[in-house]
Amino acid sequence: MNSKKILGVKNLRVSFKTYAGVVQAVRGVDFYLEKGETLAIVGESGCGKTVTVKTIMGLLPKEQSIVSGEGVEVNFHNKNLLNLSENEMAEIRGNHISMIFQDPMTSLNPTMKIGNQIAESIVIHENKSEEEAKKIALNILELVNIPNAKERINQYPFELSGGMRQRIMIGIALACDPEILIADEPTTALDVTIQAQIMDLIKKLQDKKNTGVILVTHDLGVVASVADRIQVMYAGEVVERGTTNEIFYSPKHPYTFGLLESIPKLSDHKQKELYSLVGTPPDLTNPPKGCPFAARCKYAMKICRVKHPEITSFGETQESSCWLHHEKADLSGVSEILLKRGVSSAEFK
Amino acid sequence: MQNSNNKEVLVEVRGLKKYFKVKRKKFVKAVDNVSFNIYKGETLGIVGESGCGKTTCGKTILGLYKATSGEVIFDGTNVHSLKPKDKIDFTKRAQIIFQDPYSSLNPRMTVGDIIGEGIDIHKLYKNKKREEKIFELLYTVGLNKEHINRFPHEFSGGQRQRIGIARALAIEPDFIVCDEPISALDVSIQAQIVNLLMRLQREKNLTYLFIAHDLSMVKYISDRVGVMYLGNLVELTTSEKLYDNPLHPYTQALLSSIPIPDPEEEKNKERIPIHGEIPSAIDPPLGCRFVTRCKFAKEVCKKDMPEFREVDKEHFVACHRV
Repeated sequence: MNSKKILGVKNLRVSFKTYAGVVQAVRGVDFYLEKGETLAIVGESGCGKTVTVKTIMGLLPKEQSIVSGEGVEVNFHNKNLLNLSENEMAEIRGNHISMIFQDPMTSLNPTMKIGNQIAESIVIHENKSEEEAKKIALNILELVNIPNAKERINQYPFELSGGMRQRIMIGIALACDPEILIADEPTTALDVTIQAQIMDLIKKLQDKKNTGVILVTHDLGVVASVADRIQVMYAGEVVERGTTNEIFYSPKHPYTFGLLESIPKLSDHKQKELYSLVGTPPDLTNPPKGCPFAARCKYAMKICRVKHPEITSFGETQESSCWLHHEKADLSGVSEILLKRGVSSAEFK
Repeated sequence: MQNSNNKEVLVEVRGLKKYFKVKRKKFVKAVDNVSFNIYKGETLGIVGESGCGKTTCGKTILGLYKATSGEVIFDGTNVHSLKPKDKIDFTKRAQIIFQDPYSSLNPRMTVGDIIGEGIDIHKLYKNKKREEKIFELLYTVGLNKEHINRFPHEFSGGQRQRIGIARALAIEPDFIVCDEPISALDVSIQAQIVNLLMRLQREKNLTYLFIAHDLSMVKYISDRVGVMYLGNLVELTTSEKLYDNPLHPYTQALLSSIPIPDPEEEKNKERIPIHGEIPSAIDPPLGCRFVTRCKFAKEVCKKDMPEFREVDKEHFVACHRV
C-alpha cells in the first residue's frame, strides 16, 4: 500500500434481507482514500453510497446485512476492518475514523448535555479524566464557532438550531483527531447560508489536521468546491471516478453527464427545457444483467442490456464503465452533448 | 403598487400578516406585512431560509390559514371574506402542490380517488367521464392507466409528486401554489418534475407561486422572484435583475452562498459570508429584520423599518442603504 493511502476498500458487496427478497445494495465497490484529501461519493438516493460508508464504520445491523465479495477488504493500517471484533472496532470508531450524520436533529442524544456528548469519546479513547475532557470539549466548541461556549456546554440539543447542532456533531467527530472523517450528507438538512458555513468549517479543520475526508452527497454544487476526487455511484456500483475537474469538465459516463446537465445553471433561461434522465433507478432485489443504467440511457445499445461493461481508464485518475468506450461503439448520437462539455469524441474512447 | 405595466393582475396581496399565538401574549410573526402582485400566466418565485415564512405566506394566500390582517384579492374578490358558497368557486380556481410527496397523499385512498376527489367535490364529471378524465390526467403527468387502482405506497417519490400534480390539475385551476415541490426529490427526478410543471404552464396558461429554497432552480423557473427574510419581503424583481444586480445585502449574501456546480467558477467566486443565524420570529429585531446579521447596519437600521419601495422599474427593495 502506498504510504499516503490510509484506507483501501476492495470488492465490497453488501446485501440486505427484506420481506421482498435480498436487496443487493452495494455491488462490487473499490476505492481508496489518501491523507488530507477529500473524496466525494455522489449519487441518487438508494445508490448505495450511505451503505458503503456505514460498512467501513461497522454500523450495519448484523442480523439483516450480508457483507460478501471475493477478496472483500476494508484495509486501514494493514488491518481488515471487516474481520475485527466489536471491541476492536469500538477502539477505532470515533478515535481513528469518525462520522458525521445527515440529520443533526436526530443524531444527537436528546437527554445528554452537549458538553458531555463531546467529552464522552475523549474520556473513552484518550484516558482523560472528566474534568480534563470538559476543558477540551470547551475548546472544541470554540473551534467549531459556537458563540457563548461556556453557557452552551451545559445545554441540551433541543436548545440549539440545526446549524449549531451540526457543528456539535462535527465537534464530536473531531474530538479525538481522527485520521478519517466520513461526512454523510452533512448539509442536506440545512439552509444554503448555513451550508456554506459548515462546509468552510470542515475544510478548515481538515487543513489543520490533515484529515482524509469521505464526503457522501447528492449535491454536485457542494462537491465542486470541496472535493479533490469524485466517484459517481449508480445502483450499487461505481460507474465513473476521476478528479473533480475531470468529472465536471470531461465526464465520460452518460449518467454523469445526465446528473451534471439536469442542474440548471444560473445563466440558463426558462425557455430552455432542462435535460432530464427519464425513469427511475432499477430495483436492486433483481438487478439488471447488463449495465444497470441501460434502461435510462439515451445511448443504450443492444449489448448494454446483455453484458456488463468493463472499466475503461482515461489517463491515470479517470475511469468509467460504459460500452460507449468500446472501439466498435457508434458515437454518432453522442458527440453533440460531449462537444458541449468541450470534449472531442476521439478523446472519449 | 407594481401596476406600472399592462400585465393583468391575478392575485393581489396587500399588507398580509399571519401571526401564530404561542404563549400568552406571545406571537410568532410568521408573515409580517407583505405586499405583492402575481400577474396572470407568470411564475413568481419566493425564496428564503427555513422559517422565513414563505410556506405560511403561500398557505395564507390560499386561505388555508386565516390572515391576522391584510387582504388577498384573487381576481377581484377577497379570499379571506368569502361566503362558504363562494369559497367552493375559489378553491376550484386555486390549488396547491405540497412539499412532501410522502405525507401529502392519503395512504388509504387509491390514486384514482385521490385525483378524483376534487372532481367529485366540484361535481365536474361523473362515472365514465370521470374515469376518462382521471386517465387523461395520469397520462398528462407521465403515469399510466394501470396506476388508477394502486395505493400511494406503491410509488416512488417522483411518481407520488406526479400524483400530487395530477390532483392539483384535476379541476383545471388557474393558479397553483407550488410549495417546494421538488426539494424532497433526487436531482435527476427534479428536472423531470420541473419540465412537467413548465410544460403544463405553457399548455394551460397556469399561474404559479413557486416556493423554494433552491435558488438556482427558482431562478430557472421564475419570471419574477421575491426574497423573504423573517416574515418580510426584502426584495422583489425579475429573476434576471435579481441575479445580476441584487440590491439587498441579504439577497447578495444568499446568492453568493449558492454552491455552483463548476469547480473553476467556485474557486474564483467571492463569497459574502453571512454570520450567525436567523433570529426568532417571536421577538424579531426592531427596525430592519436583517440588522443583526448585516455588516452594513447603521443606527437608523436598528430603529426604523425600511420601506419596501420601487427603486428601479419593477425592482422593489426594503433597505436603508439603497
